[in-house]
Amino acid sequence: MKEPIISLSNISVSFDGEPVLKNFNLSIRDGEFVTLLGPSGCGKTTALRTIAGFIKPDSGDVYFAGKKITNLPPHKRNVNTIFQKYALFPHLNVYDNIAFGMRLKKKSEDEIKKTVTEMLHMVNLNGMAHRGVGQLSGGQQQRIAIARALANDPKVLLLDEPLSALDLKLRKDMQSELKKIQQAVGITFVFVTHDQEEALSMSDTVVVMDKGDIQQIGTPIDIYNEPKNAFVADFIGESNILDGLMVDDYLVEVAGQRFKSLDHGFGKMAPVDIVIRPEDIDIVKASSPGAHINGVVTSVTFKGVHYEVIVDVDGFKWMIQTTDVQHVGDNIGLALTPDDIHVMAKSVYSGTMGDYSTFSDEMEEDIILSEEADEGAEETEEKDEE
Amino acid sequence: MKNKWLAAPYTVWMIIFIILPLILVGFFAFTDKNGAFTLDNIMKVGQYSNVFLRSIWLGLLATIICLVLAYPLAYMISKASFKTQTVMTMLVMMPMWMNFLLRTYAWMSLLEDNGLINNFLVSIGLPRVHMINTSGAVVLGMVYNYIPYMILPLYSVLTKINGSVIEAAQDLGANNVKVFMKVIIPMSMPGIISGITMVFVPAVSTFIISKMLGGGGNLLIGDLIDMQFLGSAYNPNLGSAISLVLMVIILICMGIMNQFDDDEEGSGGVMI
Repeated sequence: MKEPIISLSNISVSFDGEPVLKNFNLSIRDGEFVTLLGPSGCGKTTALRTIAGFIKPDSGDVYFAGKKITNLPPHKRNVNTIFQKYALFPHLNVYDNIAFGMRLKKKSEDEIKKTVTEMLHMVNLNGMAHRGVGQLSGGQQQRIAIARALANDPKVLLLDEPLSALDLKLRKDMQSELKKIQQAVGITFVFVTHDQEEALSMSDTVVVMDKGDIQQIGTPIDIYNEPKNAFVADFIGESNILDGLMVDDYLVEVAGQRFKSLDHGFGKMAPVDIVIRPEDIDIVKASSPGAHINGVVTSVTFKGVHYEVIVDVDGFKWMIQTTDVQHVGDNIGLALTPDDIHVMAKSVYSGTMGDYSTFSDEMEEDIILSEEADEGAEETEEKDEE
Repeated sequence: MKNKWLAAPYTVWMIIFIILPLILVGFFAFTDKNGAFTLDNIMKVGQYSNVFLRSIWLGLLATIICLVLAYPLAYMISKASFKTQTVMTMLVMMPMWMNFLLRTYAWMSLLEDNGLINNFLVSIGLPRVHMINTSGAVVLGMVYNYIPYMILPLYSVLTKINGSVIEAAQDLGANNVKVFMKVIIPMSMPGIISGITMVFVPAVSTFIISKMLGGGGNLLIGDLIDMQFLGSAYNPNLGSAISLVLMVIILICMGIMNQFDDDEEGSGGVMI
């Protein structure tokens, strides 16, 4: 196991008396692609800005390769940041933007020229050196920002929602490009996002955050398949979250049925949360021998790859993703295997999420929009703070 | 474009009150009393080179003092909370609501040998200081009257500098001095240039300030021109020639200034 390159130890930060991070601890290994993932206001950007040195924590320490850097100003830290809105210097052209950090370090112009050319090649913007940054598209500006940061040869690159201002197609391209760049340069990337898909597809390690606390740290696969609590299960992907009872090791009761389970160690007759992913549920004929649960289809939405079916089971609405067409009003049976049932300990989030009774696509979009608006508000708040 | 007709009223105004008078100034400058062409007037301007030099020197001094005083203030205002910004910009503009002559008169009564300041000095046992009718008083008057024109353009460019650009510079290894020199100053260049223009041009050509605060010994170009039209030395042809030369000098100064702004692509501030 490699030494952690960055450690946050018992970090607390509050704005206007409002705690944003509470006793926050995080170790990041050298060479990892780590994503801080969470809804707006969860403290992910604050954690990143604490590493960069723009925020001085109220208490706690920041370590870089084992050395305490809590009181080191940003310009003396061997980390570089990619800002959400690029933050290129409008008075300099592309070349001078990329050369900015190297000139401060008094590198020779020959060396600077070599590095700038290399960097432009890496971000696929050959021949753009003498453009004004105002003439570039959003995607190009973002690439220049990446080139400008990497030209400094940082040990750690911090990325603050760098793709959120790009359109969907470009965002997908940049995701794979960033991943490629990270593998090519081999340095640590700390990436902040509220987009779970982005987090899952790019990261080695995902840190799921909410309300200033880490909810779970793990590989994307772990996070998706073994969520630790209802928040993580709900935030990452779609999930049906039900109350359950761990009758005994390897035996769980949910939705009035007992199932074999792969989980153990919760004790006897322990109340738990159960996650069942919508794509794991099989649809069978209602009341057939294989049907563990029976319900009525209340809505069907075509999603391209699959249908999203909402099924009412005694008042609890389940979501099922299936490639078979279903019709509203049909009685269907749901079949589950022990593999499909994931058991989680009860947490503060229990009972607050997981039912699809109020679910609609429109609402989801509203939530995303309002989250983005919050994001903006959060940012100005943070600015005010300085 | 239909919209161009909206400019018609001003175009007419401009032709009658700006273009035409300029042509007249040019005409008078190159003619004698009888309307015959001559270069005498322009030649005579050379005799007043000391007045030109003094005007440019005092104007320059006032401009530099304005810049040095205004920059930190504008920077501070731009970093303040929204409420403070409103109050501060209002305070900056407030003197401009009062009549220019009145403000300069006020300075007269402050600076006089028997003025408020000297009376105060005497009352606390200090000797009187001769302040009125010195070039220092003229520069003071210029700074006092024109400094808002420096502060406001600076403030307006400084507020537009995004905080994340400054953070980016720090992130790339710039300390506070470097951030200021390499990012804030270059990015505020359009404001610096328009501030300098808006202070230097009226300061160089003022005549009221020098007349009231400078006495007879600090004749400026403005006074010289004033004398040719309204004073004892009535000679509109010479007055026009002086104006024309002054205009050319200012244009040259501004041309040089704008060279500094060459790097800015399309971010230009207020130019003349």
